[in-house]
Amino acid sequence: MKWFVALLSVSLLMAGTAGAVSPAVPDRASMADPLDSPRWEDMRKTFFGKARVVFDDRVKVVAPVTAENSLNVPVGVDAAALSGVTQVLVFADFNPINEVLRFYPERGLAKLGFRVKLQQSTPVRAAARTADGVWHVNGVWVNTAGGGCTAPSVGSSSPEWQSRLNEVSGRVWSREAANEGASAASSSSSSQSATETPKSPDQLRLRLRIIHPMDTGLVAGIPAFFIQQLRLADEKGRGLMRIEAYEPVAENPVFTIDLPAGLAASRVQVTGRDNGGNAIETWVEP
Amino acid sequence: MNSTLYKRTHVLLRSGLRHLILFVLAIATTLASADGFDYALKPQRIADDTWVLVGRSEDFTIANGANIVNTAFVVTGAGVVVIDSGPSRYYGEQFRQAIASVTAEPIVKVLITHYHPDHFLGNQAFALETLHALPDTISGIARDGNAFAENLYRLSGDAMHGTEVRVPPKAIAPGPFSVGTHRFEVLALDGHTGADLALFDLGTGVLFTGDLVFNGRAPTTPHARIEPWLASLERLDALGARIIVPGHGAVSEAMPASQQGKPASSPHVSIAQTRDYLRWLNATLKEAAEQGLDMSEALALPLPPQIQRMAVSASEFRRSVSHLYPAAEQDALTHAHSHRY
Repeated sequence: MKWFVALLSVSLLMAGTAGAVSPAVPDRASMADPLDSPRWEDMRKTFFGKARVVFDDRVKVVAPVTAENSLNVPVGVDAAALSGVTQVLVFADFNPINEVLRFYPERGLAKLGFRVKLQQSTPVRAAARTADGVWHVNGVWVNTAGGGCTAPSVGSSSPEWQSRLNEVSGRVWSREAANEGASAASSSSSSQSATETPKSPDQLRLRLRIIHPMDTGLVAGIPAFFIQQLRLADEKGRGLMRIEAYEPVAENPVFTIDLPAGLAASRVQVTGRDNGGNAIETWVEP
Repeated sequence: MNSTLYKRTHVLLRSGLRHLILFVLAIATTLASADGFDYALKPQRIADDTWVLVGRSEDFTIANGANIVNTAFVVTGAGVVVIDSGPSRYYGEQFRQAIASVTAEPIVKVLITHYHPDHFLGNQAFALETLHALPDTISGIARDGNAFAENLYRLSGDAMHGTEVRVPPKAIAPGPFSVGTHRFEVLALDGHTGADLALFDLGTGVLFTGDLVFNGRAPTTPHARIEPWLASLERLDALGARIIVPGHGAVSEAMPASQQGKPASSPHVSIAQTRDYLRWLNATLKEAAEQGLDMSEALALPLPPQIQRMAVSASEFRRSVSHLYPAAEQDALTHAHSHRY
């Protein structure tokens, strides 16, 4: 019976919004969720309260339609088309822990790649808050067989992570901003970055992998144990990006961060801690 | 039909609510379809005494009842040797009827090539003591069989009705064995999974490769390690087989040297194609990781035309990114500079 009522209310919601949309003045009461999620109103109340919320295609969320591995679902968020983004919140409507992470771009671009654990099929959404206090929301549905949050981490069954906890592998690339993803010039270890076409200033890409079980606390007998804070800074200690992670971030988190040219030409400092107070402290060299 | 209704509902409802509805529907569907799923299995004779049931070059769906796999049998004169039992109990039962339509000989040996569900979930239809597999396949089925079966229920619905895991009790070792007039060689290989059995019939020259070889369809990689897989393909290629029965895709005969491409890579199109795909996949993911692509960007990489021509390559490539990219990016990241202080 419950599902029937919910179904009815969803269809009423859809019918009610069909004629009531006036795009010039987005009013949160009349804005229908483009993903038709029955959880949207709860999410809106929980995360945004009375703040203004708009659905905005300039926030891009990339994730597979069907997740092959619910413990490790890749998500790319890009709100760099908006100016003045102060923070980006990522959440999943149907996860037992909705909040995935928040990031504060500071000097970096409002973009982040990462992986998430999903418990069942759910919208995965990003909400970018601009300086005027408005939240710009977009998202995609990800279908999954589920179990991602209530399955033990691989690390929890092997002793290896204890000796390598919070160990960071990282690398910096310089890439042409215009040439997204297609061909990025690697400037790793020995190679002196190729001098081809210096017209568009290169962005810098930073990728990090941190050894951590990221236990959700939802598995019997295994308490929540996860990275909470990460801070990236340049050599002078100026902030590049801050990330607040929550339990649903996948085990051994991998982050992809893009920085405007010139910001981190030398090396990047990574500091942070998990909820057990264990510190993360590393330099990533170009 | 029931399955159409099931599918429509699945598309319409994407929330958590759908589980309850599907549950109710599943009960209704089960009551309505006691006669089971008709696989319309038709054995094709490919050599003396040798028959193959060729599955579809598709992904698992409700419509195909998970019949995307090739199974086979050899009528030896002293009993039937079966290669893989198929994806469900209904399949296994109809497979037995198909065998009975060809011969009255008893089934003496069922060989399970590896521990993926479409190859062993028909086991219930066969006598337990006839079920054989490599030791790691047996332990894999015991460990993961139920989770695999649940996943196939989710993907293929009705056709899975009544299917339960039966772990093969008999371990088989690599080497020769004979049944009736047929001499066989068992090869214990790996790469597609941790234990991949191939069976070579020395008399007819038919090589049953299991999922080490795909033909016209992109290989699957959920438990793959590509280097050992390529080494296994070399061993299969060196056997000089006359006919190859792949795990998925069409049966093919060896090409004479004059018809092979230049440089001649293999007399077997299916082996050459599987090898080319795996090498391309490996190189593509390695390069993407070396270029610093995020996993979500690697998922969106374009496929070259020769890969696009293979069935289900777009979806299998994305699945493979999920399986193999984490290791590739780990290599790319750990070989760069990074210091703790």
